[in-house]
Amino acid sequence: MSEQTKTETAAPKPTSFHDTAEELIFERSRAGRVGYRFPALDVAETKLESLLPGTLLRDDIEGETEVSEVDVIRHFTRLSKLNMSIDSGLYPLGSCTMKHNPRINEAMARREGFAYSHPLQPEHQVQGSLELIWLLEQTMKEIFGLPRVTLQPVAGAHGELTGILMVRKALAKQGNPRKVILIPDSAHGTNPASAAFAGYTTKELKSNSHGTLDLDLLEREVTEDVAALMLTVPNTLGVFEGQITKIADILHRKGAFLYCDGANLNSFVGIARPGDMGVDVIHSNLHKTFSTPHGGGGPGAGPVGVAESLVPFLPAPTIERRDDGTFYQDFNRPDSIGRMRAWNGNFGVLVRALTYMRSMGGEGMRRMAEIAVLNANYIRARLKDAYHLPYDDPSLHEVVFDDKTQLANDVHTLDIAKRLMDFGFHPPTIYFPLIVPGALMIEPTESEPKEELDAFCDAMLAIAREAKESPELVKSAPHTTPVRRLDEARAARQPILKWTPSR
Amino acid sequence: MTPKDNRYAKSHEYVHVEGGIATVGITDYAQTELGDVVFVELPQVGSQVEANEEFGNIESVKAASELFAPVSGEVVEVNDELASRPELVNSDPFGDGWMMKVKLSNAEELDALMSAEEYEEYVEKEAGE
Repeated sequence: MSEQTKTETAAPKPTSFHDTAEELIFERSRAGRVGYRFPALDVAETKLESLLPGTLLRDDIEGETEVSEVDVIRHFTRLSKLNMSIDSGLYPLGSCTMKHNPRINEAMARREGFAYSHPLQPEHQVQGSLELIWLLEQTMKEIFGLPRVTLQPVAGAHGELTGILMVRKALAKQGNPRKVILIPDSAHGTNPASAAFAGYTTKELKSNSHGTLDLDLLEREVTEDVAALMLTVPNTLGVFEGQITKIADILHRKGAFLYCDGANLNSFVGIARPGDMGVDVIHSNLHKTFSTPHGGGGPGAGPVGVAESLVPFLPAPTIERRDDGTFYQDFNRPDSIGRMRAWNGNFGVLVRALTYMRSMGGEGMRRMAEIAVLNANYIRARLKDAYHLPYDDPSLHEVVFDDKTQLANDVHTLDIAKRLMDFGFHPPTIYFPLIVPGALMIEPTESEPKEELDAFCDAMLAIAREAKESPELVKSAPHTTPVRRLDEARAARQPILKWTPSR
Repeated sequence: MTPKDNRYAKSHEYVHVEGGIATVGITDYAQTELGDVVFVELPQVGSQVEANEEFGNIESVKAASELFAPVSGEVVEVNDELASRPELVNSDPFGDGWMMKVKLSNAEELDALMSAEEYEEYVEKEAGE
């Protein structure tokens, strides 16, 4: 190392730029530094030991962080600037739907009547909150085309579990809960987990060359042991199951249920209704279609709609309206699978979703779906000559490419994703769905103006050119981020999960 | 690099048989497709595995997948080294990256598996799709 670079390395860490990695708050600790100083005691001091038994007292925490208020604020502000979010630019994660969350949703959720209501208040004091849940159910019923909807589940996968438990209870009541749930290989990965959690074994169905279900295969696989098929519509390739009514018929003839993973409802809301297609039970994710916040693990909501045959098994309580227009919680549901969540799910999320539905209106939601599909197809049209399309069927709200063309220069999907960060874009979902080796799964959503889509496509096309002309540049990306290519394998093999002081 | 003296399954496991004991692992093609392996879950010694049934799990930086037993029998040894060094599956899949040794309960099951030539042809076809 030359003297020159040594000096540079030793230069004081800049504190006003956010293009550098941020050290941990523990590393900012300085002995004796405090955020607040209490005024001097004006009464006699009493030792803690004389007030509490020793078993309740804890020793000092070794290496406890000692920082000032300004240290804390700067640290977390810098971290927040390192954050990439939908508020700063396109975030095209396929299957995860990172769309704009209108701020009016937040304003409504913060209204005192909603924000300060408590589930233990007497019913007459929370009529507005109960009415909101009831209204949201009425809206979701219309969207699903099904007679009832529960709003208790707090995530998509939680909705899946709720739906499958209802299927199980309905079949058990007929005398045999059955054993197997069929799941196509183009389904969301949570489907098998939910089915297994509900006590079923799962069987994977290989999709055909269009990425959709093979009806002959289904006909053979639906036996008296099969409780349901869990079908993701449209599937993870963004392809709609055009034969869905036939699929429903095959299942119903054998007494099995059609479960629809409606996570991708944002591609057809207001255009087609799952209930009209023969779906018996469906979940949707309020954050994916109805713009409630997403990321950080929630809070979420995964409402589940059911056909008449499953209505008795809905989680209790349901919210009902009396003839006089007042609302109540109905706990008297003897066949219910029981509670899936304390109280009535994530109520604040329900407020946001209903706000979105009401501000968009029926026409507006349909238009949202159309623009989401249009945007995905715009990207598809601009990139299809530069990136290989493993499935040529029409795309709905997302489009899946792979790295087949770029592999000629040993440039992989991971490299393309990393290079995209140098262009200022969050990478799309990669290596999913699993049926596409080297998948690049792009979902732009309806939030994006054409200029943003063009900038993204230009970046992708530039990367495709670089992959040919200067592959090393792509393979060693990112070059402009606070930290460069991370050793993901080592991080997983030898994870360091706890900070330890270096001194 | 597909050793000639092994038999191969469509789910990309190989079997190397010596004196009624089958050494099972995943092929070089499988480890390349998976990418850097970070975790391998293997069965207990003494347990029974069934042909075409799951015997463990493998996790890479890209995905988690099931491992399928190409043959049936009792597990007589597992490669404990993979717990601390899962990268052996990448660096030496047919050697130090082996996964388990099974005492064959039905040697005829080997006939249902592919030869090295057949497996190479199969992989070529799958990659070409």
